Amino acid sequence: MPAVNLGLPSAGAAIALVDGSSVSSEQAELAELHHLEMEAIHNGSVASVHSWELVTAVDGPGTRMTLFLSGCLLRCQYCHNPDTWKMKDGLLTTLDDLVARVKRYKGVFDSTGGGLTISGGEPLMQPAFVTRLFEECHKLGVHTTLDTSGFLGKSASDTLLDNLDLVLLDVKSGIPETYKEVTGRDLAPTIAFGDRLSERNIPVWARFVLVPGLTDAVDNVDAVAEIVSRWPNVQRVEVLPFHQMGEDKWDRLNIPYPLHGSHPPDEALLVRVRAQFEARGLTVF
Amino acid sequence: MTITEGVRSGTDDTGRADFVAGPWQDSINLRDFIQRNYTPYLGDSSFLAGATARTTGIWAKLSEMFPEERRKGVYDVDATTPSSITAHAPGYIDQANEVIVGLQTDAPLKRAIMPFGGWRMVATSLETYGYPVSPELEKIFTDYRKTHNTAVFDAYTPAVRRARNSHLITGLPDAYGRGRIIGDYRRVALYGVDALIAVKKNDRAELDMEPSTEDIIRAREENSEQIRALKELVQMAASYGSDISKPATTAREAVQWLYFAYLGAVKEQNGAAMSFGRNAAFLDTFIERELVAGTLTEEGAQELIDDLVIKLRIVRFLRTPEYDEIFAGDPTWVTESLAGIGEDGRPLVTKTTFRFLQTLYNIGAAPEPNLTVLWSDALPEGFKRFCAQVSIDTSAIQFESDEIIRAEMGDDAAIACCVSPMRVGKQMQFFGARVNAVKALLYSINGGKDEVSGKQVAPSTLPNAEEVLTYETVFPAYLETLEWLAETYVTALNCIHYMHDKYAYERLEMALHDKDIIRTLACGIAGLSVVADSLSAIKYATVRPVRDETGLVIDYTIEGEFPQFGNDDDRVDTIAVDVMERFMTMIRKHPTYRGAIHTQSILTITSNVVYGKATGNTPDGRRKGESFAPGANPMNGRDTHGMLASALSVAKLPYSEAQDGISLTNTVVPSGLGHTKDEQITSLVGLIDAFTSATGYHINVNVLNRDTLEDAMAHPENYPQLTIRVSGYAVNFVRLTREQQMDVISRTFHSH
Repeated sequence: MPAVNLGLPSAGAAIALVDGSSVSSEQAELAELHHLEMEAIHNGSVASVHSWELVTAVDGPGTRMTLFLSGCLLRCQYCHNPDTWKMKDGLLTTLDDLVARVKRYKGVFDSTGGGLTISGGEPLMQPAFVTRLFEECHKLGVHTTLDTSGFLGKSASDTLLDNLDLVLLDVKSGIPETYKEVTGRDLAPTIAFGDRLSERNIPVWARFVLVPGLTDAVDNVDAVAEIVSRWPNVQRVEVLPFHQMGEDKWDRLNIPYPLHGSHPPDEALLVRVRAQFEARGLTVF
Repeated sequence: MTITEGVRSGTDDTGRADFVAGPWQDSINLRDFIQRNYTPYLGDSSFLAGATARTTGIWAKLSEMFPEERRKGVYDVDATTPSSITAHAPGYIDQANEVIVGLQTDAPLKRAIMPFGGWRMVATSLETYGYPVSPELEKIFTDYRKTHNTAVFDAYTPAVRRARNSHLITGLPDAYGRGRIIGDYRRVALYGVDALIAVKKNDRAELDMEPSTEDIIRAREENSEQIRALKELVQMAASYGSDISKPATTAREAVQWLYFAYLGAVKEQNGAAMSFGRNAAFLDTFIERELVAGTLTEEGAQELIDDLVIKLRIVRFLRTPEYDEIFAGDPTWVTESLAGIGEDGRPLVTKTTFRFLQTLYNIGAAPEPNLTVLWSDALPEGFKRFCAQVSIDTSAIQFESDEIIRAEMGDDAAIACCVSPMRVGKQMQFFGARVNAVKALLYSINGGKDEVSGKQVAPSTLPNAEEVLTYETVFPAYLETLEWLAETYVTALNCIHYMHDKYAYERLEMALHDKDIIRTLACGIAGLSVVADSLSAIKYATVRPVRDETGLVIDYTIEGEFPQFGNDDDRVDTIAVDVMERFMTMIRKHPTYRGAIHTQSILTITSNVVYGKATGNTPDGRRKGESFAPGANPMNGRDTHGMLASALSVAKLPYSEAQDGISLTNTVVPSGLGHTKDEQITSLVGLIDAFTSATGYHINVNVLNRDTLEDAMAHPENYPQLTIRVSGYAVNFVRLTREQQMDVISRTFHSH
């Protein structure tokens, strides 16, 4: 156990991960960082950042600056960014630097109806930083979006949610056993976070990655659709066809890739799955 | 006849009495006419009409001929008639059905020979395509009549020849027509040729009062040539049954007169860029008048523009394979500049602006005319959305910053070629191709020796002797080489344009200009992003030169990471800015022919491929022979922070130091702009707004999947009209060489 308690919620018992390591909690992850760095991350003046990008038509409306934070507790089999799993692999970047960059793109956001999206990794591994950056965005009049699995939803404070305009919520499976198979973690925290967003009426774009043979079972998709359709704040569902573009990253990191040889879903499967969501009156892309 | 009488004689015509009167009636002033008479259109595209059967019939006839042209390289050539305004008998595609008439020769797609630029280019072209070279013409244009090409080489210095032979300066217009001059073709329609001649005669009377210095004598000779050209233009139009000595009175006549004027230019000059100008709002005044009067329908109006555009699509020149390497895909750069905002704040968007874009639906996508939208975020929303829609559907149009161009040259400027702005009828440029800024860097490391041949090209300096290259040593040495290059470059351009004026003067295009005009000397840089990345690598990583047995640096090893141009990262973007600013300052030190104003462009056309081919390994890790990025683009694949971040790096290059334009070409996959068409349109409008608001100057947008291009390479017959923007112009993808196609396919395809 680390010497400093970071006050983060415990994510549960130790679990063996697909990369062969085992992680007991986010504290274990942070323990690999220097003490001062941990403090800075804890108070949100610094973040461990994987990269940033200006993107259009993904990660929320308009053209957005998407900030990818390092560190994630899930080990999704289809992850296309395994290089964002470890917080210690990120580049420590100050809040001020990132606020300066957001300011630089204010004009872009105004022209395109865009804003800032914080993604990852799992951004809620660094909740204090996310809160502070979103607060700064709102002071600047910049739209904010959080791209999350919801697994660490409990660490999102009310202040964070007060400054949040849109959530891209990954519901990776609807059956708890399948969820665990896909991610190595539990489904329940995601549902709880979705319920909380629903209570606060924060708009949500729900996302579901369709992997043939892993997430495509009719009852699994139905279960996801059931969960999502009980939240009236869901504005759209994005069914994301699995692709193999992440494989070379797994190879470079020397982690065995569980989906080697898997194929993207064919058109017929996509149509079927989208129809399962549409049947519940959801807007589906 | 005075100027006023000359112009008035045109305006007395009864068919035009209802135009709003103004100063345009007292002197040649197209802008004034347009501002007083045009009707801005603020709506959307729903009013537009489809193609008539007549239009599609004419296009179908041509479409049957295109496969043979593609196969052979040319459809046909008139190998024995040196072209002039009147050299060829009238030609038609389908005489009974053409609304607008006139061809460069007596048959469609039949190319003419234009030997005044240089006989070698004509002879080589004819040999390439299997046509006999007339011994009689060869004798005339080698023994009796000196050409531009011969004359230029009489004046070149040894340094220019060395720089040229080593590909340090490539693509110079010393063997082909310089182009980049836009005649104000509207003048013929508005005033009629008689009035224009009267004004030129008046100019002449002024010149006759001046002392006979060299400048004045040249101006008098040019004036005589201009008047002669105008008279020939009347003759040529008469051969098609039109009397253009008087102004146009109807919409059809306005389109026809305008086209005759342009046709005269392309019958005589094979220029690299025979651009069309800014004609939509002008034509709209005539069209709108008849729509209001009920004498013309929307179908009829669209048919006029469709038929005009068909003619513009089949402008052809006879060129050599070497020319095709620099300017791939048989381009003519019939650039038509659309839209923009007027100085009084009213958009220069008319229904005819929409009609030009609509041709891309009515007769399918095509690279020519090079439709160029002068973009401002203040343009009407309906127009912006239509532009974005057309761009997504066809990848055939480009965008340039109206704010920048208007601030510099007012609201009656047009683009010549790809990105060069000029005041229509008041300004021309001396086109100067570009220097290889990357090779210059390698020369500075090798003491002036060529990294491929080992020859001493630039003056001998101390070669770099470092084990690890340092910025402090490399950069000053680079500046020294650039100083020499700037001087050599301006020398070359002065020789070229002196001789072009003398031996291949563009008499008709210049007849459609004012007497006193602004001239620019348009220099240019190729490979800026490679230079920036190379210097960045030297500054931020560890770069070790690899020397061969003679001590020549032929390669570099790089350890560590370095910031790369195209990621909105100031550490490297400022290097690019610094290099272009410094080179411009160096260029400005050298006097120009005819007092031309020094400018430069960051544009390559498609010469990024040949330039790269001739350039060795570079300190950024680029391999010998690998293409440069086109224009001001970041190197392929190095712009990893998204399309807009890439564009914002380019937007940092200041227009004030590149007044001939800065070109950016981006490719995005359709899904990268959104799920639905509506979302995609909104995204693209936002992106262009964001880019131009950040002082971005020019952007080509391709909305394409890589698979489409790969399939088109495998099955060209299925993609006769697949159009793609390369570097300031568009091409039929299937007409590019395999090498050029591979270059396009290897570019960054942004997925969002």
